[in-house]
Amino acid sequence: MQIVAKNLTYTYNPKSPFASHALQGVDLTIEEGEFFGIIGHTGSGKSTFVQHLNALIRLTGGSLTVGDYDLSQKKCKFIELRGKVGMVFQYPEYQLFADTVEKDVAFGLKNFRKDLTEEERTAAVREALETVGLDFEAIRGKSPFEISGGQKRRVAIAGVIVTKPEVLILDEPAAGLDPLGKQELMELLHRIHGGWCKTVVIVSHDMDEIAENCTRAAVFSEGRVAMEGTPAEIFARSEELFALGLDVPLTAHCAMLLKERGIDVQTNFTCADFADKVLALWKAKGEGTHAQ
Amino acid sequence: MLNDVTFGQYYPAKSFVHNLDPRAKIVFVIAYIVAIFLAKNFYALGALLLVTVFFILLARVPFGRVLRSVKMILFIIVFTAILNLFFYSGESAYEPLVDWWIFTITYESIVNMVFLALRLFLLVLGTSVLTLTTTPVALTDGLESLLTPLKWIRFPVHELALIMSIALRFIPTLTDETNRIVAAQKARGADFETGGLIRRAKSMIPVLVPLLVSAFRRAEDLGDAMDARCYRGSKGRTKYKKLVFSWRDALGVLFFGGVITGIVFMNLYLGAKFDIIGQIASLF
Repeated sequence: MQIVAKNLTYTYNPKSPFASHALQGVDLTIEEGEFFGIIGHTGSGKSTFVQHLNALIRLTGGSLTVGDYDLSQKKCKFIELRGKVGMVFQYPEYQLFADTVEKDVAFGLKNFRKDLTEEERTAAVREALETVGLDFEAIRGKSPFEISGGQKRRVAIAGVIVTKPEVLILDEPAAGLDPLGKQELMELLHRIHGGWCKTVVIVSHDMDEIAENCTRAAVFSEGRVAMEGTPAEIFARSEELFALGLDVPLTAHCAMLLKERGIDVQTNFTCADFADKVLALWKAKGEGTHAQ
Repeated sequence: MLNDVTFGQYYPAKSFVHNLDPRAKIVFVIAYIVAIFLAKNFYALGALLLVTVFFILLARVPFGRVLRSVKMILFIIVFTAILNLFFYSGESAYEPLVDWWIFTITYESIVNMVFLALRLFLLVLGTSVLTLTTTPVALTDGLESLLTPLKWIRFPVHELALIMSIALRFIPTLTDETNRIVAAQKARGADFETGGLIRRAKSMIPVLVPLLVSAFRRAEDLGDAMDARCYRGSKGRTKYKKLVFSWRDALGVLFFGGVITGIVFMNLYLGAKFDIIGQIASLF
């Protein structure tokens, strides 16, 4: 499903002293099949924007289409849309409520797919829990409040992907996870991205995460899209990012330091690519000295 | 869904009323409530309405904002008004207008209904001026200061004020939290808008359980944070912002003294509330 936003605006608490203009004309197109990153400060409007994508925030200004769904229409089937656009909130483990893990994961399924039989539902829950790397038989009967923090996060994500949404949006999915947990989470996202999940949108503060994983990204600032492009294009404009109060990935910092010393590394800022390019330059230089 | 809780919400502005000492304002409101219950006729209530409107203007709070807090208890006003209309049990000097089964409507019951509705309306209107113009912190500070005499009988005044300010402090936090959880469950297909009463109540479980869990988590965190700062209750504690009683407050006290006296005189010399029937009747 293609996502097209045109001149999207949104104001919290309109007409009051607490009014804040969260979105001030966002133009953004996310194509099907992308692994899209959204970068921005706290309060840049990125969370407000993604909540528009499955109609958790109703459109008040501008236009937005997600696949065949036109969200400016009153008749738009919002519930159906939410089944196709999954949303994992920040700290999703805080939304767990049921008495067993199995029931909690099945919650979305019961809401969106009322046609399923008991067996089909159990099979879907099993698949979702196994996708996030949990042992279904061992965890199904446990209370979601007695398992570990990392497991809670996985259960919560399983609760969203159980309906196999075509578009999966994740708001700071790796926040509060240890490095290994972050890596496993990203691997999980890439695994499902190839299959039933066509498009992944992640909101993140972590520039390394964006550089390593995303095919394209947008930088939000003060309710507008300040930059858009591949991570390589965006992180090549580091000065502008610094001006917006944002950071660049570690590889971009290294590339800048090397440039100051007269070595220009052309990289897409993923760790692997950066290492290859530096190694290639080093080897070329080595051969050069040999030739002298 | 909870964003329209205006009752008790502070409206930031710079005004005479905002700058008044919270203790003075609390005393005014108590005096105001007493005056409302003392008022025996429409002149007195009318005078109180004028006083309230005067204070709203002085506070520079938009009328719409104040009326919104009345909207919250509109149901209660309408409910009591209807009950009073049908089941007024006082003596009636005139023929009943309607007398059917257990329902009787008399001129007196109509007057009584209007009187009570107006009284409740004024009650909410006046008290919401207090909460709209005073920050929760100032309010609890004022209350703590006013209740200080109770310390003599070992009443934990400081602790009570602390509990109150924590409760008030957490209202917006828990509101945000609720909105977030509601959004998260909606994203998983939860439907809070359709279905009968029982279904809707049941649909709140996925919101209430995480909310309760997080409230406990926050309470524990807060307790730890207070321990980490060596909080030991009121003993030897000083204030960062001391309350100062200024000439404005003295002016306000004088004014309210005048209002109360005025109400008492109106009660004495302008007759009871039912006189209005005779007055209307004399017009025809």
